[in-house]
Order: sequence, then structure tokens, then C-alpha cells
Amino acid sequence: MPESLLELDGLHVHYELRGNLGRRVRRQEAEVLRAVDGVDLRIAKGETLGLVGESGCGKSTLGRAIVGLCDPTAGSVRYLGETLTARRERARRRRIQMVFQDPYSSLNPRMSVRQTLAELLRAHRMVPKQAVEARCRELLELVGLGPRALDAHPRQFSGGQRQRIAIARALALEPELLIADEPVSALDVSVQATVLNLLEDLREKLGLTMLLIAHNMAVVRHVADRVAVMYLGRIVEEAPTDELFTNPRHPYTQGLLRAVPRLVPGRVSETAGVVGDPPSPIHLPTGCRFHPRCPIAQEPLCSTEDPALAKGPIAGHSAACHFAWTERPAAHVPEVIEETS
Amino acid sequence: MSEPLLRVRDLQVEFRLSGGTLRAVDSASFEVGRGETLGLVGESGSGKTVALRAVVGLLPRTARITAGTVEIDGTDVTAAGEDRRRALRGTTVAMIFQEPMTALNPVMRVGDQIAEEPMVRLGQTRRNARTTALELMRLVGIPDPRRRADAYPHELSGGLRQRVMIAIALSGNPKLLLCDEPTTALDVTIQDQILKLLQRLQHELGLALVFVSHDLAVIAQTCQRLAVMYAGQVVETGAVADVFREPRHPYTLGLLRSVPDFDVVRAQLAAIGGAPPDLAAPPHGCRFHPRCPFVQNDCLDGGIPLFDVGPGRAARCLHHDEAAADARREPVIANA
Repeated sequence: MPESLLELDGLHVHYELRGNLGRRVRRQEAEVLRAVDGVDLRIAKGETLGLVGESGCGKSTLGRAIVGLCDPTAGSVRYLGETLTARRERARRRRIQMVFQDPYSSLNPRMSVRQTLAELLRAHRMVPKQAVEARCRELLELVGLGPRALDAHPRQFSGGQRQRIAIARALALEPELLIADEPVSALDVSVQATVLNLLEDLREKLGLTMLLIAHNMAVVRHVADRVAVMYLGRIVEEAPTDELFTNPRHPYTQGLLRAVPRLVPGRVSETAGVVGDPPSPIHLPTGCRFHPRCPIAQEPLCSTEDPALAKGPIAGHSAACHFAWTERPAAHVPEVIEETS
Repeated sequence: MSEPLLRVRDLQVEFRLSGGTLRAVDSASFEVGRGETLGLVGESGSGKTVALRAVVGLLPRTARITAGTVEIDGTDVTAAGEDRRRALRGTTVAMIFQEPMTALNPVMRVGDQIAEEPMVRLGQTRRNARTTALELMRLVGIPDPRRRADAYPHELSGGLRQRVMIAIALSGNPKLLLCDEPTTALDVTIQDQILKLLQRLQHELGLALVFVSHDLAVIAQTCQRLAVMYAGQVVETGAVADVFREPRHPYTLGLLRSVPDFDVVRAQLAAIGGAPPDLAAPPHGCRFHPRCPFVQNDCLDGGIPLFDVGPGRAARCLHHDEAAADARREPVIANA
């Protein structure tokens, strides 16, 4: 495997909930939301890693911890061997940039595109003063917008164009790692494709490494080289994209893939891919976190022992399930939903 | 096919704006038979939600139906009075919305919200209505209905809220259920559960569904027929399998080519250039012509009618053969 650009080791991001002072006075244990709860992850230089999972699984928090928008409770974020904390010097902050989901709220509505880009270029001394204007034009050209856009404000653009501006802003600092948090899910279908194509082009042209956080499995399959599946703060499966989609080993990944609606008309199974709702990240299930929804959960093993991410026979494929690489028990309907009728 | 349950003909809906009028729906026609599912596909601003709201009579105050008819079960609701329309709403047609949190009453227990219709409309006693509500909750797969009936909407997950909304919609025994992007705000796993639930209910209760979505894959899995909307107009209709195999409108073709297919990874997604038009000043001639790869001179003059392009199919395109030929050259989806 090529050199890793980013290494996460035992990363935890916990949030203390309100009302904990009262609990402490009463000598009760403080309530903690475990958004990210022990993640080890490597991203190699030049690759695109897709991070998927249901809402609330911690995938966005993980992205934010990498860019430095929140402090890890435990564990480390290492970039080319150096440990990064949330407080970073400018020079380090520059190397990891982020594109957010909603281009309507991530751009400053009172700044023109020129102001947005020029401010960054100046603050980080990316180019000599007299070259700022030219660089702004170049950045817009890179994302497929004309120089006329420079004097416009975000409200004058459509969603797709705004996302292009957000991408230009992230690229202004010439980052090595780009974190794209649901970059197309707020956009119209016909526009999504142009933004996805743009990201792919840029990646080739600039040799970017990318972490693509998404819930749309088809998008991930299309863009990512490798995929990590997250469930309740943990990575439960990790594999090269084709391998993950054709040979998923974790029951959660299998359910997730079954749940994706397909373009081929009328190929439906009667049963849902994954039953029930994800449990609360405040009161985590014991043992394997997926066991209350798992069709192959075995008592008492799965409700007491937390399976670690285990490597399988195929290079780069690992899964956190007791039965990932052994013969699996017969499937049953989990009890989380009482079957109706 | 027998008499359709819903027949919308040349529907036109206009919004009054400070600077004039905006035609959000322009001569849209579609039909839904009993027990059938129709998908209404389009991007935001294509008029699909407005068309649906016009059917059920829930248009915003600034909007008016200016032409066309909406027949539900043989009654033209555009000509009927408000009393008649109200009588149809709930008992013949019901609607579920995209965001259950804003559609449900936040200060009323969900059990009471479901029991309201049986009590008020069907004249059930409080106790019977409660029993009906619990039955409905069981029907839509809400675990432990007795306990959940006393919950407020904010105490429930998104998936359960959507199930509550479906229970409310079903409480008046409707024949037609209008679904406005019911799963867009949900996770893919929960979306899957809700889609399967709707399918089961359709079989068990013989419901007809109109399913509005921008997600072609969701339409492929739930609907038999579809109508594609663009800039306020229906641009293509037909059976889902036929349209997906051989789209005859360039917009449908473009849409199918632009979405990443879960089963087949393409080298590059074929994006549709440009952006949907401003409805206050729609383009002359074909509304899709500024973005169309097959555009010719005659596309720019006059309104384009819907052409009959095969059994049960129609397309609003002068050169619909070209889109079809292109799809035959390179199929839009594998194994379709």
C-alpha cells in the first residue's frame, strides 16, 4: 500500500450533554454522546475514500475532526506523521480543506466571490499581492465559471454554481486533502452529475486526495476507490470499492446495499434491507452495536462481545462482525420490530 | 382499463406575483387507474408538487387553477364547491408530505392525531376512534402502538413520524394516496422500509398511489407508469419499463444518463448542461431546447404538443426518434 497521507488512531469525539452538572451533583454518571467512538483509518496519497452510513452515525463529525473544526476527545489525527489538533497554524490548516453539503449556508452572503477568494489568498500569502486577481480568475476557470462571476454575490447563483464556488474556495489554498461532506445531496439531480464530474476532473488534474462523505451509495460507488462503512461511531467495514459492493461481509453493509433503490424497474424484494431505527448514540447497545437490528445476531455472543475490525483473506478488506469470515448462522427477523399482521 | 380514479386534463396553475403571473403548471395531463401507481418525476420547480396539491385542493393562497379539469372518481373537483372538495379530501384522496415534522401537529399526541379523522368524519366514539388509531398504527408497522400513541411527534424518529403520517392518511379509508417525496428526508435504510410499507399497503388495501419524486431509482422500484415533468409541463408519459428502456424525450434521456447507476459504473456521468429555465419567462417553443443536445431550428417556434409515441406513451418532442435512437445505440441502464 502506498504511503498514507492521513492516519486516524483510536479517534474519539464525545459530546457532554446538557444537564450534566445536575447529574454530577447527584453523583450520577454524566451522559455523553459518542459521535465518533474509536476510529482507526488510513487514507493513502491520491486515493478517494468514500465514507458511508446513516445520519447520526458520526461521519460528518469525523470529517470535522480531521479538518480541525472540533477537538478529538481521545486518539490522534496524524498528517504525514505529524499530529494535528484542532488548533493549527495557518500553514497546516491550509493542507486539509472542506466542502460542505449546503452551498446556501456555507458561503458568506455579503461577500462577493472575489472578496471570498482574495481574502483567503492574502491571509495565507498564497500568491504575491499583484497576482491575487489573476489567481481568482484561474480558480474560477478551474471550476468551470467565467470571470464575470467574480463580482457577483452568492444569492445570484444557482445551487450547482454555488457549490462550484465553494469548491474553488477550498482549492484556493492548494490543499492536499479535500474533505467533501455530502457535496451533491442538496443539489438537483441534473446538476449533481456536473459537480461529481468536476470533482473527478480536479482530482486527476491536481492529484488531490479526497474523503467523500455521502449517504448515496451509487455516488460512492461511482467516485470512490475505497469505501469505509460507519455505524454508531465506528467503522464496521472497509474494502476497495468493487470488493465492498460485490462481496460485503458485515450484515449492516449487506442490508444497506439491499436498501438502495435500483434503476432497473421492478426488482423488489418484500423485506426491508435493515429493520428498525439506529439506536441512540447516547445509550449504545452492549456488545456489537448492530446486534439489535442484525438478522444473524447470536445470543449471548453478539450482545456481550464487541467484535473488532478483523482482516479477511482479501487484501484491504476488513469487517467488524463475529461472523464476517466464518460460516454464518441462519438469518432470523430481529425483534426490534414486532411483525405486523 | 376501466374508468380511471384520477384524471387530470390540461391542468394549468398560476401564481400571482408582484410582477405578474407565473405559470407553475402548464397543460399537464395524467391519469391513475384503481390500484395503480403513477410516478411524477421532475426537478425542483418542475411543478410536480404544485400539480399534486392542485389535485387535493391544497394550493397556497396565491395560486389558482386557471384552466383544465381534475376528475376524482368521476367528480370534477375544479367545478365542485369547497364543501364537496372537503368531503373528498381524506375519504377519497389523502396526501402524505415530505417533512413529517412540519406536517404533524407538534402539540398533539400522535394517537389523537390519528383518531381525529375517524371521530370527526366517520362519527366514531372517542373509544372506538382510539381502537381504530391503534389498529392503524399496527397496520403501518409502528412497534408497541399503545405506548407510542401517547408520544408527541418530536419524540419519534423520522421513520416513525412518516409511519404516523401514513396512518393519518389512511384513517379515512381513501382510494387514492398522494405521496409528495415521502422518503426524501429519510435515510436510505428507512426509505427502503417506508417504500416496502407503501407497497404492502397498496396490495392489502387496493390503493392507487401518485408518487412524486426526483429520484428515478425510487420511481423504478415503486411505480408502473410515470409522467416526467419539466418546467411546468408533462414532457413524457408511459410505462416505467418502456420509458427507461427507450426514453423518447431528450430530457428523460439526459436525466437517466446523469444519475450514477448503482449496478453499473460508467466512465463519466453525462450531465445535462445549463439549468432549468425561469418559469416567469420560459423559453420560446420547446422549453428544453436551450439544454437539448438534439435541438433543431423548428424546436424554437410555437408550443410543442404531446405526441403519441406508442401504446400508452407520449412525448413532448418534435424529434423524439432521435432520443430513442440514441438510447438504442447506448442503453441507458443495463439489463432494462
